[in-house]
Amino acid sequence: MRVSLTVNGVDRVVDGVEEHESLLHLLREHLDLFGTKNACEQGECGSCSVYLDGVLVCSCLVAAGQAEGGTVTTVEGLSDDGILDPVQQAFIEAGAVQCGFCTPGFVLAAHDLLRHVPDPDDAQIREALSGNLCRCTGYQKIIDAVHRAAGR
Amino acid sequence: MDTITTVGTRGRVGEATPRIDGEPKVTGAFAYASDLHREGMLFGATLRSQVAYARIHSVDTSGAAATPGVVAVMLGSDVPGKNRFGLNFFDQPVLAEDVVRYSGEPIAILAASTPGIARQAIGRIAVELEELPGVYDMEKALAPDAPRLHEFGNVLRHVHIVHGEPDTAEADVWVDGYYETAMQDQAALGPEAGLAVPAEDGGVDLYVATQWLHVDREQIAPCLGLPEDKVRLHLAGVGGAFGSREDIHMQIHACMLALRTGRPVKFSYGREESFHGHVHRHPSRIWMRHGANRDGRLVTLDVRLMFDGGAYASSSPAVVGNAASMAAGPYEIPNVRIEGTVVYTNNPPCGAMRGFGAPQVCFAHEAQMDKLARALSLDPVELRLRNAVSTGSVLPTGQVVTGAAPVRELIERCVAIPLPEPEPDRGRDLMHYPGGAGNVTHGEGIRRGVGLAVGYKNVAFSEGFDDSATARVTLARTPDGPEAEIHTAAVEMGQGLYTFLTQVVRTELEIDRVELHAIDTLIGGAGSTSASRQSTMAGGAVQMACAAVREALYGRARARTASVPPGAELALGDGWVTCDGAPLVELGDLLDEPVSCEAVYHHRPTGNLDENGQGDIHVSFAFAAERAVVEVDEDLGLVRVLQVAAAIDVGRVLNPLGLTGQIEGATAQGLGLGLMEEVQLRDGVISNPSFTDYLIPTILDMPPVVSVAVEDPEPGAPYGLKGIGESPTIVATAAVVAALRDATGRELNRAPVTPDELVGLRGPATTSGPPPIPEVPGQKSVPFYFGMSSGQQKIM
Repeated sequence: MRVSLTVNGVDRVVDGVEEHESLLHLLREHLDLFGTKNACEQGECGSCSVYLDGVLVCSCLVAAGQAEGGTVTTVEGLSDDGILDPVQQAFIEAGAVQCGFCTPGFVLAAHDLLRHVPDPDDAQIREALSGNLCRCTGYQKIIDAVHRAAGR
Repeated sequence: MDTITTVGTRGRVGEATPRIDGEPKVTGAFAYASDLHREGMLFGATLRSQVAYARIHSVDTSGAAATPGVVAVMLGSDVPGKNRFGLNFFDQPVLAEDVVRYSGEPIAILAASTPGIARQAIGRIAVELEELPGVYDMEKALAPDAPRLHEFGNVLRHVHIVHGEPDTAEADVWVDGYYETAMQDQAALGPEAGLAVPAEDGGVDLYVATQWLHVDREQIAPCLGLPEDKVRLHLAGVGGAFGSREDIHMQIHACMLALRTGRPVKFSYGREESFHGHVHRHPSRIWMRHGANRDGRLVTLDVRLMFDGGAYASSSPAVVGNAASMAAGPYEIPNVRIEGTVVYTNNPPCGAMRGFGAPQVCFAHEAQMDKLARALSLDPVELRLRNAVSTGSVLPTGQVVTGAAPVRELIERCVAIPLPEPEPDRGRDLMHYPGGAGNVTHGEGIRRGVGLAVGYKNVAFSEGFDDSATARVTLARTPDGPEAEIHTAAVEMGQGLYTFLTQVVRTELEIDRVELHAIDTLIGGAGSTSASRQSTMAGGAVQMACAAVREALYGRARARTASVPPGAELALGDGWVTCDGAPLVELGDLLDEPVSCEAVYHHRPTGNLDENGQGDIHVSFAFAAERAVVEVDEDLGLVRVLQVAAAIDVGRVLNPLGLTGQIEGATAQGLGLGLMEEVQLRDGVISNPSFTDYLIPTILDMPPVVSVAVEDPEPGAPYGLKGIGESPTIVATAAVVAALRDATGRELNRAPVTPDELVGLRGPATTSGPPPIPEVPGQKSVPFYFGMSSGQQKIM
């Protein structure tokens, strides 16, 4: 089938999408946007988080066809020609990145939190990021990064 | 195809230095193994056994082969070379031929034009199996009538350690304990993946996420029937490892299909296949009996421990060697007997995971220390202080601790960390209660507990391994000034090694710009990124290579300038060679040709265990102490961890940001084994191979980790450093469960602790006593006496 959508501000028309494919597969396998990660395919880890029409979703749980006509922003769409989003910059500075596989998902989840709660406390950060798994950091530096980004 | 790193420009050893790969990782540009792609590539898939132990009667691949889009289907009989691989012994088939020994064992592989077709075609392979009576219990594996899983039986290794007079030692107070730990999954976020590209010379280039390129190649080449120089490995981005990438997973399969089809072949496991595709932490059963005098001095210890190695050897022999040799904990005990066995069963293979045998024994010896403190009416902190090892102490193997061993300081610094502020029982935000947003308690039935654990880990490979590391440093002139390039085969898997290596170069060569060459097998091996060893080993190699570069620069400076008096001291500073402190010549002027030097770093040699388990087998040790504070809802068995306080023996702080990140992350994995993580098996079949059913700590489960780094430089190590990737994991499980015991008064002798155990619906793990000691030819692995070995020693 054909899926038409806007990804990171660019209109895309994707042919040959199979019915069983997810938005995650569409991004990775058809559009070569590999920043969105596949780590569990059950919506448990948040590594595949993207914005779909302004709402943070696990792209592994969205059928590709559901994105028809939609607007998607992936981690690649957060930085602008080498200028990092404050959340991305804060993740580097705070040491919130280790292996980095979960990082795109965390960056988007933190970005979404700060859109709604500009200066969150620890409890709000923990709740907002509880749908994302990280196996490297123990999360403390991720919390630090969100605080750091909140000031910008 | 290379993983992306940026040129780092700041940070010397000891300074907070941003990650060299930070920017590509936050923008999504960093290429992990699962992100690799090539024009015209095929997608691989694996047929795995659904049952644990069976004879294969037939495999019919015709349905799969006839599926449009399928290019090749291969079986065990298609393995071009030897159909066996393994880390310690070549005992594991690339593809099972006559027998499968565990659920998840690969039987067939295929390559197809899309991942969907590949998966679909796997379902069209028909396998006729005859199930066999298997062995699913590690103690039953020892029974004389148990099915023999390998020609040499079911005992993979038995380690026997006797020190002093354990049979006749007398003590005032005795405590007995039995402990179990579960199978834990490394759960690296990045699943196993890689891409094999056939080469014109008949060889293959493999891009893969691994922990040790050269040991992979050493196992891959014989299976492909190729000389090693035709199998070139390149590191792809590694999404965490924690031991799970020490073993072969998709490497040989991808190469086989690439060579067969003449096209690039990519494998990228999903989460469920990842659970089947890598080894896990060994489940353990441990019996301990401690004897002490009234004054709180440990006198004697008897240990029987068993590890379930699963169907194939992996690194189990080394794991049980570690567990046995460190079973007494970081304590001086004059009389010790330790009997440690690892057996084959039809459970999934176990091997390396962060801690490598030490977390299991730490869970046991620390529970024993608390029991003993109660029996002696002694403060558990005081009991540990009285018996802690220090430099000069003798371990149960007879090995003398020659390096830094600030164990007493660790304990004192750990317990001096302020406890979390008391909170009122009632009226808290719900998120501050056990169960959190589950809204299950408003303060009723909450019990607080505090637990302490002390432990240690050997640094680098033990028992005679010379796991050396090679590095090349090349200094060249660029328009931006002198720039160094580091070439090594050492693997970065998230812990910050590459950033540290650039710090080493900046420190040694007094320059700013440092970048990394692609990581591959075109240079000598660096050994595994594991065993808390790679900062020492690769760091040591880079430091040595820099020293050689420095000497070469001095030689050029002397040759170029006639004004260097004999005996003058040359040095580097600010991009200049200086002579007795005065600028002599700018580095750029010496670099018409780049300077390139290679060095190999070896740790000090170690020996083997003799017939009594005595030997100088470990290189050095890293110690740790952690204290956990928990609250338990005694009605529902829900837990909130309020704080973990950590004091870690680091030798020297290399990069403060990276250090605390490692301590916090390692603590999280130990906490996970204490509270929730268990690979559950039914007749050898994993029943929870997903992140829905296998739980790892989330951001809501992790408390603040308050850590102090104790700097006591390790003699002989580069910058006095000690690797700290493992030691916090080792103590965290024991500390958290100790706190739960303190809160509930229950025995809790099994990790992870379940809610049922916390409320008393399920009793402690029971035993009918330690199993008999198996008869073995000696201290080495049993297959060794049957002439089996891998070539690991050869490549080091």
